[in-house]
Amino acid sequence: MSIWEFTLFVGAGSALAGFLGALTGLDGGVVITPLLTLALGVDIRYAIGASLVSVIATSSGAAAAYVKEGFSNIRVGMFLEIATTAGALAGAALATRVSTAALATIFGIVLLYSAYLSAWPPRPRPGDDRPDRLATLLKMNGTYPTATGLATYHVRAVPAGFILMFVAGTLSGLLGIGSGAVKVIAMDRAMRMPFKVSTTTSNFMIGVTAAASAGVYLGRGYIDPGLAMPVMLGVFAGSWLGARVLVTAKTQVLRWVFGGVVAVLAMEMIYHGLTGRL
Amino acid sequence: MPRTGSAWTDEQAEQIIGNLLRIGVSIAAVVVSLGGLIYLFRHGAALPQYQVFRGEPADLRTVSGIVTDVLSFRARGLIQLGLLLLIATPVARVAFSVFAFARQRDRTYVVVTLIVLSILIFSLAGGRL
Repeated sequence: MSIWEFTLFVGAGSALAGFLGALTGLDGGVVITPLLTLALGVDIRYAIGASLVSVIATSSGAAAAYVKEGFSNIRVGMFLEIATTAGALAGAALATRVSTAALATIFGIVLLYSAYLSAWPPRPRPGDDRPDRLATLLKMNGTYPTATGLATYHVRAVPAGFILMFVAGTLSGLLGIGSGAVKVIAMDRAMRMPFKVSTTTSNFMIGVTAAASAGVYLGRGYIDPGLAMPVMLGVFAGSWLGARVLVTAKTQVLRWVFGGVVAVLAMEMIYHGLTGRL
Repeated sequence: MPRTGSAWTDEQAEQIIGNLLRIGVSIAAVVVSLGGLIYLFRHGAALPQYQVFRGEPADLRTVSGIVTDVLSFRARGLIQLGLLLLIATPVARVAFSVFAFARQRDRTYVVVTLIVLSILIFSLAGGRL
């Protein structure tokens, strides 16, 4: 396979991943690393570097739209970014000390969890109305647009959310993924923020988290321009397109299909990791 | 700090941040595409070698090395510059937020944002733990 063919193949695969990711609300970049390593035999460290770069592209592109609509909570996002960026640095440092087989196994386990979330997403429910002292002190309570006008919500359990975000950041730095799933759990489940606010704020944070580990990865020579180029452009184009058909498409069936594909890839990664074939 | 004009509302700051992200990502995509085309036309017939991890050469790991590569019009250096601009976009967003919170006289969040910015700069400076 020449570089031309390789680039077109990786670009098309990344575009499809970005498209399905945007349609299902699952981090599309999460399938890039298994595709590159399992189908093309790319070393997992190059794959993680390329995937990390695509995460920044999709997050920043999507965040631009959501921020303008007034869904994201910038204060919550900024405060929790202390935890995610610190976690990302720790994860990136850890990545150089962990064997590729272990990386593949951990990746597979996180992927299985993403597949589960993709098929059974947390149900949207109204935010809790009791104010919390720390959240109020940090001016985190906010409003978001609903069908009946602006609705207010109160944020809770800031320390628990902070710890979960550190974990999300570490996974992001270790595996080159957005960790959107863990971030949403932290805000939706622990901090009791409205679902739509959680997902958009999570998206807003992913780019900053990924930038923190990308700096380390670049300095260590994990980011190869020839590989990152088709991945970044493909995922970016695919998710841009996916975000535009989101309104009309029936997504439940797609979620199951995509969740199934991710689960199979996860099992392959774990198998290859445990048998030391990566 | 002298007061210049009125403080921004959250909404105004969010609009500017939205535009900043959009512009940054677009410029990065254009630079990566341009570098990618040159790369493909120059090296497209060669074989990709990603099976064995070697790590990138020193010039593709640092900002100064990438700039040197771009000035001598090397395709891989140009792609890497685009990727660097992409990584810099969220950093610029955080830097802008410091400024926006300062104009809102929100000391707590100026400090919060400065902490995030320091971690990012530490990382881009090749942070080692």
